[in-house]
Amino acid sequence: MELIYEKSVPGRTGVRIPVADIPRTTGGFPAGLRRFEPAAFPEVSELDLVRHYTNLSRRNFSVDTNFYPLGSCTMKYNAKVMENAAALFAGCHPVVALLPGGEKLVQGPLSLVWELERQLAEITGMDEVTTQPLAGAHGEMTGIMLIAAYHKARGQKRKYVIVPDSSHGTNPASAAMAGYEIVTIPTAPYGDMDLDAYRAAMNDQVAAVMMTCPNTLGLFNPYIAEICRIAHEAGALTYYDGANLNAILGKVRPGDVGFDVIHVNLHKTFGTPHGGGGPGSGPVGVRAGLIPYLPTPRVVKKDDGSFAVEAHPEGIGRVSDFFGNFGIMVRAFGYITLLGREGLIEVSEQAVLNANYLMARLKEEYDLPFDQTCMHECVFSAARQAKEGIHAIDIAKYLIDRGFHPPTVYFPLNVKEAIMIEPTETESKQTLDSFIAVMIEAARCAKESPQELKDAPITTPVGRLDETRAARALQVCCE
Amino acid sequence: MAKHYTREHEWVSVSGTVATVGISDHAAHELGDITFVELPQAGKSVKQFDILAAIESVKAASDIYSPLSGKVIEVNSRLDDAPELVNQSAEDAGWICKLEASDLGEVGALMDEAAYQEFVQGLV
Repeated sequence: MELIYEKSVPGRTGVRIPVADIPRTTGGFPAGLRRFEPAAFPEVSELDLVRHYTNLSRRNFSVDTNFYPLGSCTMKYNAKVMENAAALFAGCHPVVALLPGGEKLVQGPLSLVWELERQLAEITGMDEVTTQPLAGAHGEMTGIMLIAAYHKARGQKRKYVIVPDSSHGTNPASAAMAGYEIVTIPTAPYGDMDLDAYRAAMNDQVAAVMMTCPNTLGLFNPYIAEICRIAHEAGALTYYDGANLNAILGKVRPGDVGFDVIHVNLHKTFGTPHGGGGPGSGPVGVRAGLIPYLPTPRVVKKDDGSFAVEAHPEGIGRVSDFFGNFGIMVRAFGYITLLGREGLIEVSEQAVLNANYLMARLKEEYDLPFDQTCMHECVFSAARQAKEGIHAIDIAKYLIDRGFHPPTVYFPLNVKEAIMIEPTETESKQTLDSFIAVMIEAARCAKESPQELKDAPITTPVGRLDETRAARALQVCCE
Repeated sequence: MAKHYTREHEWVSVSGTVATVGISDHAAHELGDITFVELPQAGKSVKQFDILAAIESVKAASDIYSPLSGKVIEVNSRLDDAPELVNQSAEDAGWICKLEASDLGEVGALMDEAAYQEFVQGLV
């Protein structure tokens, strides 16, 4: 396919802009920053442009076109009505809330922030929530800063943060960014943090332990209450990474188990756009003891039922502009309100049922290193196929040819030839069955016609990419 | 001196007080095609089993831990342009860095080649 620049024809344009009848000015810009030649934009008609991007989008792969069981990412379908809901607020500028008397004009949006914080607090069992963090990892960073502020206020300089080796890479990264040293605990044979090693690592220099539950293997850790108890005994706090909260909605509340700080990924659990598809949001919830350190400002409900914006001077400061990614919060508020308690419970039940169905149907064909009931995702290994020279990556590429987005491969790192499948709750049994059929077909190909897997993909605009060369000879500049 | 290995798959070979460090053939094979080695700064001091460097492959990014305590005196800068050396020759031309070792007694906490081979067998 041609680039839009290659379609450019000198002088062609989509719109005719009237000749300016006001004098040109340089606006006081320094000469070094001024452009003296026209910008090198492609010159195309409106129709050229529409065709170009429409055809590009047809080569895109998305949840709107195909099944997308990318483990750990929760690529579920988001109802389009939430886009309409978010659009209702598009004309409202957040600075209005901060102008003198402005609060009166934006009672609706302020009440939405306040209500969403109450909803998230209720769902997670926390006492307060801030919606400011702009993504999951930003929520982690904020959470760890709250923990640091908590210890500092008690005159303590603790050095370490404990993470299990199965944790998301952002956990140790967030803790290190906040100035902590990382202690990594290995995984026990039952698939989660080794409790004895954890107990041995816990002491009065540990600021916090960060847990993801269910973890990246899709397993629910039966010892989380004990893990929290051990931490609290040593004066450490407990951090719950809510990346996999969609597996336990309405079933377990991290606050009830003993977690002090939690972040939730609205885009994973509460049906808002994903990654490059839209801005993220990673609200952070805390237990009462950490409320003083929450970011400023806070939306509060006054005795007369109206909403106001109040400074929160003892806190860690601002972590984002205004109240966070408000458009995303509208979608999450809509999602939670629409589904209600019963609906959210059904979400997690369906997510777990779908993952267990896939696991049960595929465990004959693929190795299952941790063979137990899973939560929202399951992790297979292509170790059996690797003995025949077929690797997880070959199976992944074959799935593309058959119309499925590959599962996550080679993650988590503690499983060889990992194939991590997360079907999510929005997929039907018919979709799961066709995916299962193709996975079984791939396992048969590995035995009978391995070259078919090695050659895949053949239906895509470009064939198998040389990932090694792309990484070694990295070129990110347009020329 | 013969090579010694860590449980995290680094090797070290000591000559006088200079310790040459790399990752094992087994580790290089498991990582797959190496795409980048983040070499340590010369002059950096490390304690035994602290993070020394990092290595990236098409599959994963991993830390490299120091088999011994000491100070980095030389790095294998050929790896900047040719990280594939680690795949081709992990335990020779693909060495990562050299340390001025501060306590050779620490070798006692490492495995010799036979013990390491047995350790690796046990992982499969």
